[in-house]
Amino acid sequence: MTADQQAAPQDHLVSALVRDEPRVLTRITSLFGRRAYNIRSLSVGSTEQPGVSRMTFVVTGDRAIVEQAMKQLEKLHDVLHVIDHSLEKFVDRELVLVKVAITPESRVEVRQIAEDFRARIVDVGRRALTFEVTGDEGKVTAFIEQMRPFGILETMRTGRVALTRGSNADIPGHVYHGEKRALGPLLASAAED
Amino acid sequence: MTGPTPNGAQALWQTLAAHGVGTVFGYPGGAIMPVYDALTLFPDIRHILARHEQGAIHAAEGWAKATGDLGVCLATSGPGATNLVTGLADAMMDSVPLLAITGNVARHLMGTDAFQEADITGITLPITKHNYVVQDAAELPRIVAEAIRIARSGRPGPVLVDIPKDVQLAAFSGEVHGPHAPPEAPAPLPEALEAAAALLREARKPVLMVGGGAQGAAAEVTAFARAWRLPTITTLMGLGAFPASDPLWLGMPGMHGSVAANRAISEADVLVGIGLRFDDRVTGRVKDFASHASIIHIDLDAAEISKIVRAHVPVRADAGQAARLLTERAQPLSHPEWTAALAEWRTRGEHPSHWGAAQAVRQVVSRLGPDDILSTDVGQHQMLAAQLARFQKPRRWLTSGGLGTMGFGFPAAIGAALAEPGVTSMVIAGDGGFQMTAQELATLTKYGIRNVKICVVNNSYLGMVRQWQELFHGRRYSEVYLGDSNPDFLKLADAYGISGWRADNSADLEGALDAWLAHDGSALLEVVVPNEHGVFPMVPAGAALSEMIETEPVPGGPA
Ligand SMILES: Cc1ncc(C[n+]2csc(CCOP(=O)(O)OP(=O)(O)O)c2C)c(N)n1
Repeated sequence: MTADQQAAPQDHLVSALVRDEPRVLTRITSLFGRRAYNIRSLSVGSTEQPGVSRMTFVVTGDRAIVEQAMKQLEKLHDVLHVIDHSLEKFVDRELVLVKVAITPESRVEVRQIAEDFRARIVDVGRRALTFEVTGDEGKVTAFIEQMRPFGILETMRTGRVALTRGSNADIPGHVYHGEKRALGPLLASAAED
Repeated sequence: MTGPTPNGAQALWQTLAAHGVGTVFGYPGGAIMPVYDALTLFPDIRHILARHEQGAIHAAEGWAKATGDLGVCLATSGPGATNLVTGLADAMMDSVPLLAITGNVARHLMGTDAFQEADITGITLPITKHNYVVQDAAELPRIVAEAIRIARSGRPGPVLVDIPKDVQLAAFSGEVHGPHAPPEAPAPLPEALEAAAALLREARKPVLMVGGGAQGAAAEVTAFARAWRLPTITTLMGLGAFPASDPLWLGMPGMHGSVAANRAISEADVLVGIGLRFDDRVTGRVKDFASHASIIHIDLDAAEISKIVRAHVPVRADAGQAARLLTERAQPLSHPEWTAALAEWRTRGEHPSHWGAAQAVRQVVSRLGPDDILSTDVGQHQMLAAQLARFQKPRRWLTSGGLGTMGFGFPAAIGAALAEPGVTSMVIAGDGGFQMTAQELATLTKYGIRNVKICVVNNSYLGMVRQWQELFHGRRYSEVYLGDSNPDFLKLADAYGISGWRADNSADLEGALDAWLAHDGSALLEVVVPNEHGVFPMVPAGAALSEMIETEPVPGGPA
């Protein structure tokens, strides 16, 4: 093992294109669970293609663990393609709902901070406001930290979603015909060293 | 009316027949009855009724391991299906191509805790390569064809297809599917092969390690080893993938490996692993495994490369193809010092020749012909057989390597015996493990199977556990004694109409072996051995291969 692989655990953003079949989510989470890979967040949704869903994971671990997690994912019949977002530039977003306690005194300040973050008010209660914030993980976290002193009653984060930047699709076309992409001779990252 | 109208169950059998499946192992029950009913319309398919679903699935595994081809087993829902679990996990660990078909309750009952309902796809999710619940009879042929392709292709493994009873009964009017062409293995990267060849050319102390993934590529791997003159180790699963008679062979590595194999790994400067996954029983303490060596790891399963041991040169490829391409680049190596060191280590760690389990197993396995199949159960006798048998060909050695499943050996031998009726299918089992699936004696009788030779090595103990208690738990023998309650194994065999012999010393064993093997039909041989012998060499769990205990410590000697 090189020093680089033993480095402190890091978050890695990984997406998987999967068949939209029963138990796919269980299959994948059971794989992560069984092999003790830690998922920090997981988002799942349909794609533009019927029958194909897209999942984005944040996996915590050193590089060797993430590489192993990706290889194990690729082996599953239901997984058509795996994308390691660290290999290319990407955009990522997360949505959060935050319910913040307010008092007559704090109301204006809370609204002002929310405006700075371009947070939208989605619900108004007598003693609380609920905001919707979209952004990368840093922005979402910063917003929550700013609101913390006022008293956060509840938050719900969706987990990150990501797409590679540029005009090319992440996914080779045949994946969308339900075909598994033949794994390369070896994943690029494993061949270094 | 000549028969029932076509239904899902018939489509299943048609699909299996279209895939060349001629033998299935199974056990009926309520939720699979339509499939058993439809079986009566397919006289060309042979169904072997086991006495327990575990027996059926291990027999299917034995069939698959001996032939390299798909094994098929069948069970009903609930308890029938859960009895397959051990075999599925076993097949997953040892990469056995297997199709398990289970019945389930009707779709409208699924999820209601109906009688004999179990979520078998949920249960087997982590121990199958893939699994399915068939929701529509029209889908059955496609799903079964796909399941077979998945089980066979790439790194093989078990696939389970669960069919609700109403789907078995539903009218079927579609087409059945023949086999899909398997996807081609990706060609290895030329750069990776070049890097591997370059490392080998520079090597001073090279060693080749061959695993179970090379069982189908024995000819190519053997040519590769010989062309480069690589000293060669075969793992427990790889035994037979390189001929034991070749002077390059060093034996088996790992916990009960040979001194030569383990020393070679510890000293090597280049280690080529092909079709293996660096199991912890092979590596010992991983940090010290082959710590002087650059590792070339050739495997079809990318996830195995650098999983345990970091590969300096990863080669994702089919074993046969990679071996062939590396043979083309061969430059025979000559390292007299290395060869001399290996020759010296080869003489070490020999078992004593006085009477005991080792001597007994030596005598038994020496009777195996080159085409004969040897299957074992799990325990001391298994490790002794692995150390002492000399396989010249692949797929002659059936053992539960990854899961270490007691009860595997005997039914696996039955499966192999049915696959290859012309050869002797010998099984060596312990008195403990044999009793886990001894009920399959009935299967021998029912089908008149004549070529299974069962050898029970009776040491009155769960020997391997006893050995660990002796070495690592201060000789506190906790719950391992069987001698007070073992059956009379000859009477047990006799109860099923199987003849038996018994021996308790070397000379008698020779005579018993003659009679047992000459007997026209399956037969049992009980070999009674001293209770407290150990298997050596041994690398204690968690130790490095270089810390192996070479020979049995003298009783009463220094602690
Ligand atoms: C199903 C199962 N249960 C328990 C074990 C643990 N185990 C491994 S070896 C062994 C002892 C086997 O005893 P026996 O079959 O008599 O063979 P021996 O070691 O004496 O040759 C046991 C209990 C196992 N491998 N499989």
